[in-house]
Amino acid sequence: MEARWIAVIASSVIAFILKFSGNIVPARYLEQPKIKSITALVPIVMLSALVVVQTFASGQILVIDARLVALLFAVILLIIRAPFIVVVFGAAALAAILRYFDLIN
Amino acid sequence: MNISSHARRSTVTRNAIGVGLATGVYGISFGALAVTSGFSFAQTQVLSLGLFSGASQFAVVGIMGAGGGAIAAIATSSLLGVRNGLYALSIANVLKLKGFKKVIASQLTIDESTAMSIANNDDEEMSRWAFWATGISVFVFWNIATAIGAFGASFVADPKSLGLDAAVGAAFLALLWPRLINKQIRVVGILAGLLALGLTPFVQPGIPVLASVLIAIAMGLKNASDK
Repeated sequence: MEARWIAVIASSVIAFILKFSGNIVPARYLEQPKIKSITALVPIVMLSALVVVQTFASGQILVIDARLVALLFAVILLIIRAPFIVVVFGAAALAAILRYFDLIN
Repeated sequence: MNISSHARRSTVTRNAIGVGLATGVYGISFGALAVTSGFSFAQTQVLSLGLFSGASQFAVVGIMGAGGGAIAAIATSSLLGVRNGLYALSIANVLKLKGFKKVIASQLTIDESTAMSIANNDDEEMSRWAFWATGISVFVFWNIATAIGAFGASFVADPKSLGLDAAVGAAFLALLWPRLINKQIRVVGILAGLLALGLTPFVQPGIPVLASVLIAIAMGLKNASDK
């Protein structure tokens, strides 16, 4: 089976198991302070790492290109409280314009 | 049911539809980015139906689109999904479900439905209503929006010329932004970013993101022992 299908199906199944187990596991197992303070930080570290990787990585090579300019623009949009879709497509639009005029790749 | 609880129920329902529409809008960006990252229309839609958790879906698509393997994508998605299990745990005593309803409720347990349920937890019946209304509303709009985004993007020949590769980082940043609520969290985020940056040249794509969990473990253990 193609790798993408494996990822799609396996991640869906695991996501469901995680949600369902929250409904059946006794609360005391997950409410230990250590587990709680680690899981609270997991989305933060992973999303931060994803931002960086998606901006600088091209395979295993680090590059500076239009993605970085687009990300900085996204920061500005977030500071002025633009909605999610404006941030995403605003960043895309800026990268597209920079590339169209050959200002940065 | 008296008049005031009837009125409150309509307000909760209206809010639920509003939340569904708002998240639906970013379902369009997910659909578009998934297809331009090389996922088929069917794969994209199955992610929204089955995985049904924005950050995890963006992670699968982002990591594999950048050349990462299925294992790294699955692991990242699952670690991001752990919080949904904790949500289920925290609202299980309000939902009080049995059998098949428990299965459906599990699938609908996400940031939005949990938040709306907790926001109404002064009244158990309203809390349940808020959970179901929001979960169903987000599920429906999210999936319709995914289809629209995926369909629209399937006409795009060169995603890079439209800057769509640059939009993935912006999407993760927009998901991260509202969570950066205090200084320690911002420092943790920066450390995780630096670790991922430093590891990128030396390990397979996808691994730097997984490695960032080490920072969560270290800081989480420190926080727990400080208390």
